[in-house]
Amino acid sequence: MPQISLTVNGKPASATVEARTLLVELLRDKLHLTGTHVGCDTSQCGACTVQVDGMSVKSCSMLAVQADGANVLTIEGLVNADGSLHPMQAMFREHHALQCGYCTPGMVMSAIDLVETHPEGLSEAQIRHGLEGNLCRCTGYHNIVKAIAAAWPLMHDKALPVAAE
Amino acid sequence: MVVDGIGASVKRKEDLRFLSGRGNYVDDMNRPGQAYAQFLRSDQPHGKINKVDISAALKMPGVVAIFTGDDFAAVGGVPCGWQIHSKDGSPMVEPRHPVLAAGKVRHVGDPIAMVVAETKQQAKDAAEAIVLDIETLPAVAGLTAALAQGAPLVHDEAPGNVCFDWHIGDKAAVEAGFAKAHKIVRLDLINNRLVPNAMEPRAAIGDYDVSSGEYTLYTTSQNPHVIRLLMGAFVLSIPEHKLRVVAPDVGGGFGSKIFHYAEEAALTWAAGKLQRPIKWTADRTEAFITDAHGRDHISTAELALDAEGHFMALKVNTQANMGAYLSTFAPSVPTYLSATLLAGVYKTPAIYAEVKAVFTNTVPVDAYRGAGRPEATFLVERIVDVAAREMNMDKVEIRKKNFIPKEAFPYQTPIALQYDSGDYMATFDGCLKAADYAGFEARRRASAAKGKLRGIGISTYVEACGIAPSAVAGALGARAGLYEVANIRVHPTGSVTVFTGAHSHGQGHETTFAQLVSEQLGVAHDMIDIVHGDTGKVPFGMGTYGSRSLSVGGSAMVKAMDKIIAKGKKIAAHLMEADVHDIEFKDGKFSVMGTDKAKTFGEIALTAYVPHNYPIEELEPGLEETAFYDPKNFTYPGGCHIAEVEIDPDTGTVSMLNFTAVDDIGRVINPMIVEGQIQGGVAQGIGQALLEHAIYDESGQLLSGSMMDYTMPRADDIPNISVGTEVTLCTHNPLGSKGVGEVGAIGSPPAVINAVVDALRDYGVRHVDMPATPAKIWAMIEAYQPKMAAE
Repeated sequence: MPQISLTVNGKPASATVEARTLLVELLRDKLHLTGTHVGCDTSQCGACTVQVDGMSVKSCSMLAVQADGANVLTIEGLVNADGSLHPMQAMFREHHALQCGYCTPGMVMSAIDLVETHPEGLSEAQIRHGLEGNLCRCTGYHNIVKAIAAAWPLMHDKALPVAAE
Repeated sequence: MVVDGIGASVKRKEDLRFLSGRGNYVDDMNRPGQAYAQFLRSDQPHGKINKVDISAALKMPGVVAIFTGDDFAAVGGVPCGWQIHSKDGSPMVEPRHPVLAAGKVRHVGDPIAMVVAETKQQAKDAAEAIVLDIETLPAVAGLTAALAQGAPLVHDEAPGNVCFDWHIGDKAAVEAGFAKAHKIVRLDLINNRLVPNAMEPRAAIGDYDVSSGEYTLYTTSQNPHVIRLLMGAFVLSIPEHKLRVVAPDVGGGFGSKIFHYAEEAALTWAAGKLQRPIKWTADRTEAFITDAHGRDHISTAELALDAEGHFMALKVNTQANMGAYLSTFAPSVPTYLSATLLAGVYKTPAIYAEVKAVFTNTVPVDAYRGAGRPEATFLVERIVDVAAREMNMDKVEIRKKNFIPKEAFPYQTPIALQYDSGDYMATFDGCLKAADYAGFEARRRASAAKGKLRGIGISTYVEACGIAPSAVAGALGARAGLYEVANIRVHPTGSVTVFTGAHSHGQGHETTFAQLVSEQLGVAHDMIDIVHGDTGKVPFGMGTYGSRSLSVGGSAMVKAMDKIIAKGKKIAAHLMEADVHDIEFKDGKFSVMGTDKAKTFGEIALTAYVPHNYPIEELEPGLEETAFYDPKNFTYPGGCHIAEVEIDPDTGTVSMLNFTAVDDIGRVINPMIVEGQIQGGVAQGIGQALLEHAIYDESGQLLSGSMMDYTMPRADDIPNISVGTEVTLCTHNPLGSKGVGEVGAIGSPPAVINAVVDALRDYGVRHVDMPATPAKIWAMIEAYQPKMAAE
């Protein structure tokens, strides 16, 4: 079985995996990082979204061996060393953008990618379109959209150019 | 004084662990030495099992054991928790629901074998090596096919596939109303079948302790005590004291995690046989073909009106799909949870409803967010709109003319329920204003100028929740009590642990319930813990469904805290050498009225556990109280939902522009959480109205069986949802609360469809069945022939 080494949340990790093992299975079953969730089997729901080398990836749609040598960031790696929350996590709490919490890690990871890749600003329509790959059954998305709009200026250290209420 | 008590939008305590990946869902748990299970399921809707050949599979690497239906012959079937009697007094037909299929398979997804192996992948590989010989039998999937003359039978003991044929109401009074009617409006409706799709798929671990002989089931449940009762008493014959059921963090339920599922029993039983823990996690495909579906009713409604538009009588005939087996609460959904609500918010004097429940070769159908009330609301609010149009009346006016006035409460409907409180005019007027209903015609013209069809739809609704008075539920067929339990443990240093039988799977109980404790006992939030979801810790409970957690579970907490305060007063009276009647408790302090003598809550708690100076002759040490609260009536949230849509006539696409809700849910504890509950419910209602449909083909194959085929609402399908509240208090529980979990999904579907029909008013469209997909609407627009319709 293949042996792989990678960096997860800033720390080196290695594992022996079957060739068919998915990245999300590696994270959850071998590395015990259970914050990344599995909500479907057709790469529709986005609950398993993580960052691989700075890009947002559905970890159910990538083999663990493809992540050999990669730098992976999961929801567990977002919390700062002093225990404080990433601005996106903080805004999700502030705006009640989560209920059961199951889609939340993937939603937060996708939202961070969305904000990071739109330094010019984000309209409400862009946020809603950008969330197409993530399903939430609890919130009706209303408060998730608000949380992301509120996180944008915090992450870009400036005022939001587009009002998104 | 209490800043984080009732009425404050306290940020949620549970968020910190969910946001940092430290939630504890069943699939996140692992037991030492656990094996993994995989279920081999029927890919046929109906068939006779000739042979299940496991010989090759048993030789596969890592296989521990393989079980089939024969292994479960000696255990009970999966039970149903509600019994309905037919018109003729006979009990419903209740065929055995085996844990693993025995003799026949009856729906795609029916479990045939359980493979237990050392790893998940080995269990999957071995399941694929099982050789099945199943003889295909003719199947029925839809209601009409199942009720047709000579239709194949799902169960031999249910002739005509009928489970029960039930009725309620005064048929003679309805016939008299129809005889005198100025107009009778008739409407055929389909309430589309839905897949709940909580984002967390079901999962379970069965465990057995050889030392104590105790079984533990970790499961994704909304009501662990109910699972313990159903599985322990009816399936596996394990007494309660030897069976613990744990439901930790659960990723959404919406009803689908109320029910006792066969996998739970199979895993628990096999854990005992193999004496090791066994874990199973459904994948999404399994969820589609095994989680109980929702809705699936076909109804005919007839409304009699007088010349002024007053409703005189309502007659309803409903066929309800039960699926292949009776799920836990299935028989109650189309009957006592639906037909009893056909009065809606109106003073219709005579109502009669007939419900025929039907077996089909499909996944069992049971409660899904709203459970029966969305079906009743959709029927009533659609026929009211059709009646308004056919009477040439305004749809606002016809509603106002027929509302139960606020002076009429308590209001006895002609169909069993007694509404305790409400003010439908207030929620209606509030919603019309919030939605700028008056400005709609200008917006319609603006859309028309762009070539778009704009429509506005109203739904004014009431629902019955806070389930339920045990005696009433029992008289109606429930096989359990429906009270709730709270145990309040005050620790020696004054911190508080609340053990509740309610279960949180997104509702934020750890926050809302802490607000109740903070309000009543004056204890700070960081000194309060809410414990739920473990029969080993919580004395008893009936769980969370039917929007009951606050109105029933919260009321139990209030009662238990009343006992804490009463005992605390006795201790305080002793310490301060005062009469107990002179002690008052306020803002976390016991004080002697009219003096400055006082003891803090913490001092009293410490005294209770260190009883050196204590009235030991008449009072036991300790400060811990339990209360069981059985409600006196259902609760009746109500309100108004208004949807505004725009249709592109070239494509039939419906855009949701605005959605406005003004609801009366009684006392609000946490407005932030309440808004979130309503927004989420409305999104599910919009999903039902426009997007979602569990479609079976004639042979019984589920066509929309994955998230690539079943249209879940996504962020750009749902508009911003404006939420407002108007409060009338529930008159019979100590909190005055009514319930909020389901109102969004109950009120919204008819608002959306009424808006769609309104948008299509120039195209001769009288009704659109859900979901109002672009294809359906485009075909209606294309089929429209102006000359023929211009009658």
